[in-house]
This record gives sequence, C-alpha cells and structure tokens, in this order.
Amino acid sequence: MLTFTLLVFSGSFAAGLLGALTGLGGGVVLVPLLTLGFHVDIRYAIGASLISVIATSSGAAAAYVREGFSSVRIGMFLEVATTLGALLGAFLAAKVPTRELAILFGLVLIYSAWLSWRSNKLMHVDPAIDNPSSDKLRLSGSYPGRGGEHIHYKVDRIPQGFAMMFGAGTLSGLLGIGSGAVKVLAMDRIMRIPFKVSTTTSNFMIGVTAAASAGIYLRRGYVDPALAAPVMLGVLSGAVIGAKLLARTKVSVLRTVFAFVVFALGIEMIVNGSLGRM
Amino acid sequence: MRFLLDDERMERAMGVLLRFGVVLASTAVLAGLLFYLQDHGGKPVQFHDFKAYNFDLRHGSGLFSGSPRGNAAAIIELGIILLIATPVARVVFAVVAFAMERDRLYTAISLAVLAVLVYSLLHAS
Repeated sequence: MLTFTLLVFSGSFAAGLLGALTGLGGGVVLVPLLTLGFHVDIRYAIGASLISVIATSSGAAAAYVREGFSSVRIGMFLEVATTLGALLGAFLAAKVPTRELAILFGLVLIYSAWLSWRSNKLMHVDPAIDNPSSDKLRLSGSYPGRGGEHIHYKVDRIPQGFAMMFGAGTLSGLLGIGSGAVKVLAMDRIMRIPFKVSTTTSNFMIGVTAAASAGIYLRRGYVDPALAAPVMLGVLSGAVIGAKLLARTKVSVLRTVFAFVVFALGIEMIVNGSLGRM
Repeated sequence: MRFLLDDERMERAMGVLLRFGVVLASTAVLAGLLFYLQDHGGKPVQFHDFKAYNFDLRHGSGLFSGSPRGNAAAIIELGIILLIATPVARVVFAVVAFAMERDRLYTAISLAVLAVLVYSLLHAS
C-alpha cells in the first residue's frame, strides 16, 4: 500500500506537471495512467481524477485572477450549461459499460492530442462582430493590454457556444475530466472571445462543472479516499509547480512530444476497451 | 459604511476564497493520508475490482470521536468534502456579490447554477 501510494503520487505529480505545462490539464493522462499503469478499475480512476480536477482548478484560479483576464459573467452564464451537462454526464456514467467508457476516453485522448498538436500553429480568429445580445446579456467586457490600456471585446454566436458548453459538461461528468480544451474551443473559436480570456475563464468553470458531478460520484462509491488522496495531492502539487515553470520554459517541443504520448494512450485505451480488459 | 464591489474586486475576492479552500482541503487530505498509511501501509492494495466505496463521514468510529488514527479515511473524506465545497462557495459568493451590485440578471443566473449544484450534491443519484 505504501509503495503503491508513493508511485501513484509520483505519477499524478508528473501528470499534473505536464498537464499544466502543455495546457492539456492533468485529467486526460491521469485516467489512462491509473487504469493502464496501475490496473485500477476505471470507475475508481474517474472518481479520483474528478476530485483532482476540482483541486487544480481552484488552486490555479488565485494566480489567474491577479492577471485580470477572466470574466466572471461569461463564466457564470456558461456554467448554467456546463453544470447541467455534468449532471447528465454523471447519470450516463452509470449506464455506460466500463469497456465503452474506456473506448470513449480513448477517442477523447486522440482528439485532445490533435488539438494540442494543431494549436502549435497559431490560428487567427476574427474578433466578434457587433452582436447586440452580447451587450444585452452583459457578456461584453475588457481586459488589460500590454500598455495597461483596456481592450474591449464582445461575444458572438452565444446559442452555439452555450450548446457546446453543455457538451463539455457532459464529457466532464461522464469521464471525470475537466474538458478544458473543449471549453476553450467553445469560447475562443465559436464565441470569438479573446484567447487569454477564454483560457482563464475556462479554468474557473472547470471546478464548478466538476463539483456538479462530484456528489453523484460520491454516492455511487467511485471516490475511494485511499486512492483519491495521493492522486489529488500529486496532481495539485504538479500543477502548481508546472504553472510556475511555465513562465520560463519553452513548451512547443514538449507539447508535441506530449501530444504523441496522449495519442498513444488513446489508442491503448481503445484497444483495451475493445478487448474487454477494462 | 459604503461597500463598493465591482466585477474586478469580486474576482479577486473569489481567487482568495478558492485558494483558502484548496489549502484547507489539501491539508486535511494530507493529514488523513499520513494517518491512513500508518495503519494500512503494509496491507495489499485493492483497486482492481470495483466495490462501491461507502463515502460516509460517520462510518467507522466516526470523525468526531475516538483517535484521529482510527478515522484516517474519514479525515480524507472531510478534506474531499471541503474541496467540493470550495467552487460551490464561489457560486454562493457570486450570488451575494451580484445582488449587491443590483444586477438582477446575474443574481438569477448565479442562483440557477447554485440550484443545479445543490440538487446534484443532495438529491441526484
């Protein structure tokens, strides 16, 4: 038990560190690590992962707030969608057989790998056109520019973004992940919210979204303290150190390597799921 | 006394709240884990076969009675409950702050999020 706990802590620490450095989050590699590496039942793995997701989201928030990019209004508005999605996801998690959960998880990993690989090439997104709903719903805001000036922005395609956030919440509740990548995609690509605002606001939303499925996970018995404790402490400390290193590390090579690792884990999850080994 | 609360100050206060919650929760989880390993360190692990864990602060000899060592799992559970409560507290804070800003739309939106959270934590299974 002692050795196992130390190994799980170290593995979770690495997952949190890499997750913070690459922006993928610790959750995506945590579940494959626990199931493939430590032969933990996927339900325990998802339960422990969800708890660690809440910890990293809240832990990172304090640092993000100081920068002044996140929007509490956009976050709260979209949390209506993500929390409802998370409820649905947590309900579905009990209905879906574990081998199919594993296959679905594998697909999400492959998709994350692709997103991460692609985001190395910066893509230009046109700023939002004048959308009257943005002001009506008080979603328009501003963030500090380099010279301290306020850069104003508006929010576009609100119904589409809201719908995608519901999907992100469902994925989070179903797989015990933060699904930060999907949240950023919805805000940045669909709603045309500036990237910095999208990533920091997404971080806040992850904790609230995960909290919406946590109660259901606890009652189903997915959260075993003996496993959740080292996982949560490991991921959290890894993420905190990763966020500190991020400022002075060149991550583009790391990100490419990590994308391949995540891709390989995705394939392995699908293979194991298909063979009924999960 | 005038209490001015704009969005920026609200976010800053929320950040402090979240950090406080995480520090408190992880301290409890760490303490509980250390106690747990003292008792169970030599035993084999069992996470391969799923058996629903009875997450209940009152099990064993209970959290608030007996020695802390006997209640290691309950201390970790308390830490996890604190951790889950942290983002929920952020939403409660938002309800109050938006109400103080006299922003009815966002008071209602925050209340809706809070309602989903409370429903999921207390009733849904």
